Amino acid sequence: MESALWAAKTGLDAQQTRMTVTAHNLANVSTTGFKKGRAAFEDLLYQNLRQVGAQGAADTQLPSGLSLGTGARVVATEKMYTQGSILVTDNALDVAINGRGFFQVLLPDGTQAYTRDGSFQVSSQGQLVTSGGYVVQPAISIPEGTQSITIGNDGTVSAQVAGQTAPTQVGTLQLADFINPAGLQARGENLLLESAASGAAQTGTAGLSGLGSLQSGALESSNVNVVEELVGMIETQRAYEMNSKAISTTDQMLEYLTTRL
Amino acid sequence: MDRYLYVAMSGARETLRAQASNSHNLANSSTTGFRSDLTAFMSRALEGPGFDSRAYATTSSVGWDRSEGAVVSTGRDLDMAIQGEGWIAVQAPDGREAYTRAGDLRLDTDGTLRNGAGHAVLGDAGPLSVPANASLLLGADGTLSIVPLGQGPQTIASVGRVKFVNPPAAELERGTDGLFRMKDGSDAPADAAVKVAVGALESSNVNTAEAMVTMIELSRRFDMQVKTMKTAEENARLSASLLRLG
Repeated sequence: MESALWAAKTGLDAQQTRMTVTAHNLANVSTTGFKKGRAAFEDLLYQNLRQVGAQGAADTQLPSGLSLGTGARVVATEKMYTQGSILVTDNALDVAINGRGFFQVLLPDGTQAYTRDGSFQVSSQGQLVTSGGYVVQPAISIPEGTQSITIGNDGTVSAQVAGQTAPTQVGTLQLADFINPAGLQARGENLLLESAASGAAQTGTAGLSGLGSLQSGALESSNVNVVEELVGMIETQRAYEMNSKAISTTDQMLEYLTTRL
Repeated sequence: MDRYLYVAMSGARETLRAQASNSHNLANSSTTGFRSDLTAFMSRALEGPGFDSRAYATTSSVGWDRSEGAVVSTGRDLDMAIQGEGWIAVQAPDGREAYTRAGDLRLDTDGTLRNGAGHAVLGDAGPLSVPANASLLLGADGTLSIVPLGQGPQTIASVGRVKFVNPPAAELERGTDGLFRMKDGSDAPADAAVKVAVGALESSNVNTAEAMVTMIELSRRFDMQVKTMKTAEENARLSASLLRLG
């Protein structure tokens, strides 16, 4: 069928995908530690209908050929790991990462997941868990009778237990980093999984060897910029309309052909 | 059949091809660094017996629009938009050097710098590879500098420079994979004068308003060709009915 129709159709598909990414970003504008996504576009292959420079005759060369493009596609939806702004919450168990790194959590099936969402809570067993209930790694147990918990810049967790004069150190939050964080696979629930593209996790102490430092009593907000998304949405919508107009125009041309002849 | 039917048919066919090219441009109105495809019609006269009235139309790709796309600020460290003329050298899947304007760079697992389409970005000596680092900075001339992992900001070191080229546009052609290459198959020399804006991307240079007008124009031109074909058919029918009069 007519390639003008199909090229425009690929444009519609790509814009639709971009709209999905934008809608997802906008929906997560208040999600703690969320990193916005971006759709990367690419032009599809070109068809060489007449090779430029081919021999028109034994002694002439075609000065220009004909190569027709076949449309566009979304080649990747990549996460943008720019820092979200730090919101002070004054909740002792809220931790924000300022810089590179991810908190490590253990999923019930035994796999390791990573998150930037540091809104931690204490489970009924006294363990430090994420707001989704997943145990933070390395596991940190809060003793019974704890009056207050303090999390230091380097991730040291200390608890002030009733009846004791000095706070006891109950564990350390470690951060994991990846050579290509954009390659992490998003799993939902603010969790990310290691993938072949991200590289292996390298764990370390917060604030050292390039890892970000921790700030307790604060959360990292989503890095979605609402204005940017809205402008992107306008652009997407108009591009979608123009591509659908291209389809209807080509359709009219073909209709004219079939009805008039 | 009258031969002008075939002339009109070639016009209609080539108009549809031009429409395909225009649809391709519209579909790529959001592709980073895309260069709009230009088509033109040529007439090809065919000599034969009788009056020389047959000039068939052929559509040709005459290159790409050289204007620059809008620079969109993204704030991402590894996004760059070339300011003015110039190209980013990347390694095409066939291993050859090719050129693109899409500067949405990222690192893969091996630390190789790639652009959004996955092509390795070339430095002065082959693909650029970035060691593990605490922070990566891209300079306005494409210089990559890093703070090595576990070291302070005083140890910032340059690890390479993205190769930019700026050959005359007439020496470049677009391949079927959408990347640009030198027509003679050589590698263009690096040009130190090319500057980039970091934290920004160049959007597609498709002028959507113009593409819409072109679309309408092509559509009407197509209608006229079809109308001519219809006239050819009516003429043929009338001459057939002439013979039936007697």
